[in-house]
Amino acid sequence: MREKTLYGLGALAIALLTHNIWKMLVNLPDEAFQGAIFRIIFFHVPAAFTCFTCFLVSLIAGISYLKTRDLKWDALGVSTTEVGLAFGAANLLTGMIWARIIWGIWWTWDWRLTSMLICWLLYGGYLVLRRAIEEPTERARLSAVMSILSFSVVPFVFFSIKWFRTQHPQPVLYGEGKMDSGYRAMLFGNWVPILMIAIVLVAVRMMQERRQREVDALRRSAHAF
Amino acid sequence: MLFLRQVLTITAKDLRSELRTKEALNASLAFALVILLLFSFAFDANPEMMREISGGLLWLAFAFAGALILNRSFARELVNDCLDALISSPVPGAALFLGKVLANYVLLLGIEVVCLPIFGVFYNVRWAQQPLWLALVLILATWGVCVVGTIFSALTVNLRLRELMLPMLVYPMLIPCLMAAMMLTTPLLAGQPIEGDLFAWLRLLVGFDIIFTSLAVVLIDTVLIG
Repeated sequence: MREKTLYGLGALAIALLTHNIWKMLVNLPDEAFQGAIFRIIFFHVPAAFTCFTCFLVSLIAGISYLKTRDLKWDALGVSTTEVGLAFGAANLLTGMIWARIIWGIWWTWDWRLTSMLICWLLYGGYLVLRRAIEEPTERARLSAVMSILSFSVVPFVFFSIKWFRTQHPQPVLYGEGKMDSGYRAMLFGNWVPILMIAIVLVAVRMMQERRQREVDALRRSAHAF
Repeated sequence: MLFLRQVLTITAKDLRSELRTKEALNASLAFALVILLLFSFAFDANPEMMREISGGLLWLAFAFAGALILNRSFARELVNDCLDALISSPVPGAALFLGKVLANYVLLLGIEVVCLPIFGVFYNVRWAQQPLWLALVLILATWGVCVVGTIFSALTVNLRLRELMLPMLVYPMLIPCLMAAMMLTTPLLAGQPIEGDLFAWLRLLVGFDIIFTSLAVVLIDTVLIG
């Protein structure tokens, strides 16, 4: 039953995404200065939002694990981190494609780009750390600590943006930025299916973790005989 | 008071055993010198170039040298189950941790003080033009490196591939601290005082030190005991 709900949610997300892409390509006009490529923002920005939502949930899961010592929090932590990394990669890659067309280069050591890459590497370290620990409770404990430490670097990385002039476009959603209401609606409208996909992926990954634990338990009892 | 005495006891123990064997100290100092030597092949060390990159070079050498010291910090206690003895002793986890941070701090600062004049000679940099500001940056940034490095030393102590895991996890975590140190050290070595925009970097260093010291003290019992 739960799996069917999940697949239903996934199918709904894909239908919404297709609908949005259709609208983006057919209904929305090209942006005045950038031309057709500007549409990548409808994936680039929601991917970043989704990525940081995932890392935030991973932090909460880490703290909850240390409080309750319930391994389901560890499963949530690793699932959200992995999915967050995937959307972080999507954010970086879409950004690079946009940069190649608008700036003419794939990458520049602009602070916004660098800080995102640092975040990505930090959470990548979390996954490498997990690989190196065999014992499940020790793995859960140390990766919860790692998740808390990683998240505390993120504000440093992001607030230092204020002290630089960056090549990355200034924020258009808050502060002084302005965005056409049609574009804005599409940006948030596209965040909905992308977030839904993230939720489905996290749920599937959590089921895998649970089954992994069941298999491990069976293997242990088989060895006991 | 008791807490402070416990911290200092651990620091004294670590420093004594390190100064008697000198295993991490020698390796780390030699490594720092080799890196400073290698940099000379990477670029042409003319005065204009050095004015731009001297801070970055120095802190890269310090960060690499620091990793060797930090690696030994908790690994030293594995032999004969010394770590278990330390954990079961009446010393609280926070005192054990801060004692070790302080010992690493003294060692790394010592290495930095030795490296600075050698760097000055090799690359023709008059490094002592702003001694007080430079000392402040060394004191703040080295503390950041040692606090983050020591908690990761504790975190990775029981892992396979410990020597590999520590630098891989620590360097991304240290980026804000190292970056601020580099940004501040480069103008200081060129003889300019810290002023204007540069104070933002100093604030970042102070903030980094405070946040990570408190976080590490809160988390150390979880890391060491469970």
